[in-house]
Amino acid sequence: MGKTRLNRQHLERLFDTLLPLLAVLGAFAIGAVILALQGVNPLEAYKAMVVGAFGSKNGLADTLVKSIPLLLVGLGIAIAFRGGVINIGAEGQLIVGALFSTYIGLQLGESMSPALVILLGLAAGALMGGLWGTIPGYLKAQLGVNEILSTIMMNQIAIQIGFFLLRGVMIDPAEIAAGTNIPHSARLTKAIDIPRFTDIAKSLGFTESAKDLGLEGWSKEIYGLLAEPTRLHAGLIFAIIIAILVYIFLWRTTIGYRIRAVGLNPHASRYAGIDVKKNMVLSMTLSGAFAGLAGAVEIFGLHHRMFEPLAVSAGYGFSGIVAALFGKLHPLGMIPSSILFGGLLVGGDKMQRAMQVPQVLIQVILGLVVLFVVSTDYFVRRRQNRRVSVTSRADDLILAAKTIEEVTNE
Amino acid sequence: MTPDAKLLPSGLPRIESMEMRGIVKKFPGVLACDHVNFDVKAGEIHALLGENGAGKSTLMKILYGLYHPEEGEIILNGLPVEINSPTDSLNHGIGMIHQHFMLVDTLTVAENVALGLKSTREPRMDLDVVSARIRELAVKYGLKVDPNALVSKLAVGERQRVEIVKALYRGAALLVLDEPTAVLTPQEVEELFHIFRQMAADGHALIFISHKLDEIFALTDRVTVLRDGKAVGSTLTSQINKAGLAAMMVGREVSLSRERPDVTVGKVRLSLKGINAFNADGQQILKEINLEVRSGEIVGVAGISGNGQRPLAETVAGLQPVASGTVELDGQLVTGLPPARMFKAGLSYIPEERMHDGVVKDFSVAENLILQDHIHAPFSKGIFLDFKFIAKHAQRLIQAFNVKTPSRETLVKNLSGGNIQKLILARELARGPRVLIAAQPTRGVDIGATEYIHAQLLKGRAEGLATLLISEDLDEVKAMSDRIAVLFEGRIMGIVTSDEVSTEQLGLMMAGEAAAV
Ligand SMILES: Nc1ncnc2c1ncn2[C@@H]1O[C@H](COP(=O)(O)OP(=O)(O)OP(=O)(O)O)[C@@H](O)[C@H]1O
Ligand SMILES: [Mg+2]
Repeated sequence: MGKTRLNRQHLERLFDTLLPLLAVLGAFAIGAVILALQGVNPLEAYKAMVVGAFGSKNGLADTLVKSIPLLLVGLGIAIAFRGGVINIGAEGQLIVGALFSTYIGLQLGESMSPALVILLGLAAGALMGGLWGTIPGYLKAQLGVNEILSTIMMNQIAIQIGFFLLRGVMIDPAEIAAGTNIPHSARLTKAIDIPRFTDIAKSLGFTESAKDLGLEGWSKEIYGLLAEPTRLHAGLIFAIIIAILVYIFLWRTTIGYRIRAVGLNPHASRYAGIDVKKNMVLSMTLSGAFAGLAGAVEIFGLHHRMFEPLAVSAGYGFSGIVAALFGKLHPLGMIPSSILFGGLLVGGDKMQRAMQVPQVLIQVILGLVVLFVVSTDYFVRRRQNRRVSVTSRADDLILAAKTIEEVTNE
Repeated sequence: MTPDAKLLPSGLPRIESMEMRGIVKKFPGVLACDHVNFDVKAGEIHALLGENGAGKSTLMKILYGLYHPEEGEIILNGLPVEINSPTDSLNHGIGMIHQHFMLVDTLTVAENVALGLKSTREPRMDLDVVSARIRELAVKYGLKVDPNALVSKLAVGERQRVEIVKALYRGAALLVLDEPTAVLTPQEVEELFHIFRQMAADGHALIFISHKLDEIFALTDRVTVLRDGKAVGSTLTSQINKAGLAAMMVGREVSLSRERPDVTVGKVRLSLKGINAFNADGQQILKEINLEVRSGEIVGVAGISGNGQRPLAETVAGLQPVASGTVELDGQLVTGLPPARMFKAGLSYIPEERMHDGVVKDFSVAENLILQDHIHAPFSKGIFLDFKFIAKHAQRLIQAFNVKTPSRETLVKNLSGGNIQKLILARELARGPRVLIAAQPTRGVDIGATEYIHAQLLKGRAEGLATLLISEDLDEVKAMSDRIAVLFEGRIMGIVTSDEVSTEQLGLMMAGEAAAV
């Protein structure tokens, strides 16, 4: 009996670590059934997906480009979660960040050094996003307004403000001249684009193409990704550096320590003289700032002008939450998880085009992945709790009820 | 009822015998149970005794199906059984009452009992059936509970009774009681013991855990002592005395009496003048409190729980807003300032609900030791935490205060209750306070550690610390304090010199009679 128990525990632990991957596979399995019902060969469809996302330099570039906002938004989400608040408002924070950074980019143009303008533009995005996060944070801390509801509402406000500005003062003068009146801003001057990888490679002297060098197979794609013209821009390096900084911030600084303490036990924090309300607001502010930063990076690195709000946010405010959960809310774990999710988004797109499956079906599969990942995470946590603390089925219910009670009381 | 009747008054079968054999349970870095044998029979109350972290709760959680042992077996009525979950143990007739209540405040007693059980009329509730059964059980066992009462309106002692009813309702023939008396007043303990004796007489098997030796002698038939995960002895309670038990537990002689050496009291370190305070519902919880604590003095606060002890402590800590009056810490007027400022003015506070208010359970031991002081040197430089120093600090305190933990990186939630208390004490005393508020500092703490904590409080006293000791344990208050303030309904009934007052007089004052001295 002793032996088998020991093995069982080891197996359980192994299972827990592999679970996120199993969850993705499980979601794909169900997705396969749906695809088959549509008369599509699931194996081919998934092959199109994987190859589309990771199989070529252009696929890889698109995947990485999408992972940038996912990572930045996810970092903010993780800070909020660690601080015990839930931010569903990254979408809106990203939009106002993009709007304000576009404005700064348009205003400053080439009036000073491009690096400085980019920096100011990014700061502007973070500032505006931070403000957008501060408002629900403050409402929660001072008035006990549920932050889930208020952040969702702030999303709507951001979207409408975006349309208001893009149809009004911010609209591209060329659109008015042409009479088409499409609601987007003018293009920022090229000088202040965040450099693309290819530009950097050229300036370092890698001017030949992969073909010139006679590269084949993988090395050709990787070289192409780094040196040939793709959409991949330096925002990726920036986002990874930011992720490392957030890790240091949360685990090495006194401010991060306080945010985590408040998130884990607000009562004990209060008893220890930590200002719980202030830290709650701070987590929301930072959370919003990172989403705003994501918006600014999208503008300066990718779009170079402000499009319709939802076209810019592209659901990153929500998929960033999933990427963050998939990365276990750990800034470093979120680097690979954002890339994986970027790949899912790109691959889904490619699969749709290659196999003629309807767009909604792709969303169903992505939704399944989200559902599986989130619910297995809950499952693991519940089982771990069972191992260490008091939980029978009835006690589970009581704990759940107690949590609800606390939430509603606060 | 004849002793050989096979059924309990609840109509369920008895557990004639339960035996745990060769139980081994390991946690990372600790051998919590090391080949433990333990047994209990119907009609018997068997005490499980041991220092903090000895493995008592772990052993009982194995019996209740919350942990799986690495080795060993459980034998019920002569047959080996597999218990893999609390559901299994409930099916076998084993119930457990945890030290922390598992009740939902906003539900009634009947709703709490019914929670998680199948209704007889799924999907509709059958609360009337549940209530009737509760009344039936209440009569049989002499338990005063009202099925329709809201749990939030119940006192701790009543909640404890609800937990017992809940276990009985689920058909418990063997009941594990993990420190059920830790939060009760002496009167409530007496009532509870009455119920336990009745249950044993009816054929239940009871396992009782407590750190209070008096309770072991008053209640139990047999006692088994655990030390460092091993069962070191088992004896009839009638055949051993207090000193013998204490020695068996700790492995050395333990002094059960306290000597308060003479010290010269100095200047006033804590002064409360005319404090009035109200709770969120507008009820007055502190009435005209005037109290002074001097350097080198321990002032005890006695009273039945809920008579203003907590608001009093929290007023000083800056956690309870006051309507009028002043608080002075070490000569500084600090009325209405936030907690951080109080701590800066030289206050340390050991809160009563340590799991809830005293520690962040998911932080490590080292992280918990810097909860107040992480902001300044030497724990941090600028905004960066100094991990080298934090580690050294943790190592020093773990050693000095004899905190049992596998390492300083262990999460606090994995420490035993008593060791968490030692950790908090270590943190608060190491801050070098001038005023200390200690609320129930030895609740749930073993006798060895109690001796140690008392010694630390007395050492602080000798070094000029002003201590406000809030405790429901009258023996502790009397032994440790120079003066005692008795609280009743938020008012100080009198302040007496502890050497001149009898326990009876204190009892009267706690019940609301004016000071006799
Ligand atoms: N879930 C866990 N993970 C790791 N270690 C644990 C866990 N639970 C208990 N321990 C360790 O096992 C040992 C026994 O703990 P246990 O809670 O059984 O002690 P106890 O005798 O009940 O003490 P107390 O009187 O303080 O309640 C302790 O060293 C404790 O730190
Ligand atoms: Mg215990």
